[in-house]
Amino acid sequence: MKKTGPVEIVKPKDLGEAIAFVRKGGMPLAGGTDAFVRIRKGFWDPPFLVYIGELPELREVEIREGGAEVGAAVTHAELLRSEVPRRLPIFRLVLEKLGAPAIREMGTIGGNVANASPAGDTLIPLYLLEARVNLVGPDGERSLAIEEFVLGPGKTALREGELIVSFWIPFPEGDPVPYFHKVGRRRALYIAVLSLGALLWLEGDVIREMRLALGAVAPTVVRPREVEAKLRGRRLSHEDLEPLCAELSAATSSITDIRGPDWYRREAAGRLLLGLLRLREA
Amino acid sequence: MLKIYFELNGEPMYVEIKPGEMLLDLLRRLGMKSVKEGCRTGECGACTVLLDGKPVRSCLTFAAKIKGHRVTTLEGLGSPANPHPLQEAFLETGAVQCGFCTPGMILVAYDLLSRNPDPTPEEVREAITGNLCRCTGYVKIVEAVLLAAKRRREGVWR
Repeated sequence: MKKTGPVEIVKPKDLGEAIAFVRKGGMPLAGGTDAFVRIRKGFWDPPFLVYIGELPELREVEIREGGAEVGAAVTHAELLRSEVPRRLPIFRLVLEKLGAPAIREMGTIGGNVANASPAGDTLIPLYLLEARVNLVGPDGERSLAIEEFVLGPGKTALREGELIVSFWIPFPEGDPVPYFHKVGRRRALYIAVLSLGALLWLEGDVIREMRLALGAVAPTVVRPREVEAKLRGRRLSHEDLEPLCAELSAATSSITDIRGPDWYRREAAGRLLLGLLRLREA
Repeated sequence: MLKIYFELNGEPMYVEIKPGEMLLDLLRRLGMKSVKEGCRTGECGACTVLLDGKPVRSCLTFAAKIKGHRVTTLEGLGSPANPHPLQEAFLETGAVQCGFCTPGMILVAYDLLSRNPDPTPEEVREAITGNLCRCTGYVKIVEAVLLAAKRRREGVWR
C-alpha cells in the first residue's frame, strides 16, 4: 500500500477563489472523512487540497416554497439537526444510519455525492426526491438532476473547476411514508452492502404511488421505475409484493467487492421489497 | 510554518503547526496523550476529540481547521487526582481494560449526555457505534455511561 506524505491545503477566501484553485488542479476538501483516508492509502494523490468546508455559500440550509436548499458543505449531523428531516423524514431514516456520530459531524452531503459511491447513503433520499445539484464553475452556474450528475463509481458530471454549491430538494406532494433498509456486515459504522429506500403514497393498504431507490447494486444508485409502476394499485401484502421480488433483483447489475458477492446483492435486493410489509404494522 | 490560535481544554493556545499536520499529531505533540492513534482511517474512534463540543476524528481533521475553535480532549474533563464523574463510572463498572478506547468512549459519552441526559441502553450503544473496544464486549461500557447519566441527573457532574 503506497502512502503519500502530507498534502498542502489551501483555504480560499471566497467561492471565486475556490473555483480558481480547483481549476488549477486542486482537489476540493470538505469533511475529509473520505479524502484523507484515500490520500493516506495512496488511492488519491492530488497536487493540493482546496478546503471548501467553511465557505458561507456552501453552508446554508434553507426551507423555501416547494422545497429545501441544502448547501454542499452542510454536515450530515447539521442536516439531521435542521428542519429538513421534519419536512422530509426519509433523511432522518438515512442519516441516522450513516457512519457514526463523529463521522456525521465531519462528513458533508456534497462530499458524499461528489464521491459518487453506489453505496453513498445520502444518494438514496436525493434520488427518491428527485433532487437537483446546483453547480458553479468558471463558465457560471448550472443545475443537473441528481441522476444526470452521478455517472458511475467515483464519476460525476463535474467539469474542470466546477464545484457543487447546493442541492435543491423538492417537497413531494402529499405525505409519503418513508422507508429505508440498509444491509451491512455489522450493525455499527457500516457501509451498505446494499440498501433500499422508498417513498409510498398509501390509501389504506393500497399503494397509490411509489418510488424506490436501490443502493450499492449497480454502478450508480438505481430507480427501478418499471417495478415502481407495477407496484401501483397493489396492496401492501406478501401476496402482492412477492411476485415483484424477482423483477427488483433483475433491476440490479451488481459487482462483487469486498463487502459482498454479486449473487448475494441480486438475491437480497429482491427480498428487501418484502421489508415494506413492516410499514403495515406502523 | 503557520501559527494558529485555538482553545485547548479551556486554555488559549497559539502554536505553530506543520504543513499537512493532522489534529491527532498536533494534540499528541502538545502532550495530550489521551488522544490515541488507532486506525488513522476514522473507523476505530480512539482519536476522537470534541471540536466545539461535537465529536470528531482527530486523525481525519487537518490541524489548521481548528483555528479559532475549541478543542476538548480527555485531559480537559478530568485527571487522576480529580476524575470526571464519567471516568469514575468507567472505573467502578470495570469498563476499562486495556484503556486504549477509553478516552474516545468517554468523550462520545460526554457528548451524548449533554444532548440526552436520560438515554436508553440502545441510545448509548448508538452513541458509541463509531468507537471500537476489543476488550470489554461493550456491556460494561454501556453500564458505565448509564451510571454516569444517573449521577448527572442527580447533580453529580461538571
